Amino acid sequence: MTKLTDLTITEALQGLKAKKFSAVELADAHIAAVETKEARGTKAFVTETPDVARRQAQTSDARRAAGNEGVLDGIPIAIKDLFCTKGIRTTASSAILKNFVPTYESTVTQKLADAGAVTLGKVCHDEFGFGGANINTPFGPVVNPWSGKDPANAARKLVPGGSSGGSAAAVAARLAMAATGTDTGGSSRQPASFSGVVGMKPTYGRCSRWGIIAFASSLDQAGVLTRSVADTALMLRVMAGFDEKDSTSVDRPVPDYAKALGKSVKGLKIGVPREYRIEGMNPEVDALWQKSAAMLRDAGAEAVEISLPHTKYALPVYYIIAPAEASSNLARYDGVRYGARVKGETLDEMYENTRAAGFTKEARRRILIGTYVLSAGYYDAYYRKAQRVRRLIRNDFLEAFKKCDAILTPVSPGTAFAIGEKQDDPLQMYLEDVYTVTLNLAGLPGICVPVGLAKNGLPMGMQLIGRAFDEETLFTAASALEKAAGFTAKPPFTA
Amino acid sequence: MSIDQKVVARIATLARLKIPAEEQAHVAGELSKILDWVAQLNEVDVAGVEPLANVNDASLRTRADVVNDGGMPQDILANAPASTADFFTVPKVVE
Repeated sequence: MTKLTDLTITEALQGLKAKKFSAVELADAHIAAVETKEARGTKAFVTETPDVARRQAQTSDARRAAGNEGVLDGIPIAIKDLFCTKGIRTTASSAILKNFVPTYESTVTQKLADAGAVTLGKVCHDEFGFGGANINTPFGPVVNPWSGKDPANAARKLVPGGSSGGSAAAVAARLAMAATGTDTGGSSRQPASFSGVVGMKPTYGRCSRWGIIAFASSLDQAGVLTRSVADTALMLRVMAGFDEKDSTSVDRPVPDYAKALGKSVKGLKIGVPREYRIEGMNPEVDALWQKSAAMLRDAGAEAVEISLPHTKYALPVYYIIAPAEASSNLARYDGVRYGARVKGETLDEMYENTRAAGFTKEARRRILIGTYVLSAGYYDAYYRKAQRVRRLIRNDFLEAFKKCDAILTPVSPGTAFAIGEKQDDPLQMYLEDVYTVTLNLAGLPGICVPVGLAKNGLPMGMQLIGRAFDEETLFTAASALEKAAGFTAKPPFTA
Repeated sequence: MSIDQKVVARIATLARLKIPAEEQAHVAGELSKILDWVAQLNEVDVAGVEPLANVNDASLRTRADVVNDGGMPQDILANAPASTADFFTVPKVVE
């Protein structure tokens, strides 16, 4: 029999239904996996919650016995530590919240619990979501379970991507069947690509942001990482939906995304944006991109060249808007209402000392950039200007979607790199986000599907971008790509 | 260099974030590099383009103007570094 930790959610739900195993057995298998020395060595988990998981699994078995089971009943998952969980420490992977225990539950995690999901614990990420390598946190660095695969980096540990690096590592290493992520500029999709799993960012407004610790409020969305497109569809259906507590969540019915899976892509137009072929692009990424387009063509879709003329400005727009909103959101960490406090002679000095001690260098950098671009005399030149170009970027997508139903692009310019690389120059790290930030700026949904291995043995994913609130077309195209690619490779470390 | 040490000191004060004097020059260099890079947006003609703040273009919903939450001082204070009775406490601000 397949190991319980190797099952997809879809398979596990069938097994639970057929009474091949219980939710308690499923939880125990995953708890044991999380508690091994190797698993702890990945630093994927910030807080393990085995007692919560066992209790939830017992009630899940009882519900199933009574015929009252939910959509995800008994499925063990990990929660990114940006989601507030009532009574369970929620750190934002930051020293400033290292002892923060929320007295309320985020809407998304409440929905998952209501559907019967079992919480294994809280997983690590870049502090507040600031990064693409899961190194910007005192709780890391998180190690990619694919480490050791790349002969050029045999002796070095690899990053899992970020910011949802712990989510990606936990799902790839079979420590959890799924994990929530968040996605402000690629934080669910890029780590999925680096770790060989599926990662999705739904449309802005699709999931409630209530109880998700804020990074950049006009860009943030809940995300999800799993090992199959079908599992992502199951998770998103539960996570999505209107919430009165988030004024930007949108009141639209949530479709049964599973029905979109496996549908024919015949006649579907897949846009390939010419501006995404950037200078100095890794030829292997380019080749896999073309191959993915060919796979979708072979499945019946039509590939059409499209243009997104303002693509090159997306990164600078993002690195103005995201830090501006972050500096504003992070103003609340002042050592008064929650979080660590460092003493000072005066109130102002107390604020300054508290914030200096509580944030990583990257958070500090983003707060300063954000404060600068919002300050008197610079607001119009930077922030307003960026918001104007943001509209042009969104208009590009609106134009493109007149000619196609989904867009196919790479996720990342390369494969997972070693911990320590690209760390000296923040700008070099920002360039990693070139393919992912555009859709956050436009508010669109995107999904990363693992499609192959590079010559160095590391996974590479491709991204599909959809129209706003048309996750269904995205699931149809993603399941076709997944089927054609047949990605079954496993990392060297799994539970 | 877009910004110098003095500007770093000023925005650090605005952000209530202490940057030790000996680090300010380095930080100024780092931030300048980022600001010089984002300056490429100057190439874009945005005449007549409205800023985009909300991608869903919807006007935000309103709700009934009633108190619908509260009465939980213990919850609010649960994570406070310092509190007295039902209040947060801070260093003395009035002499």
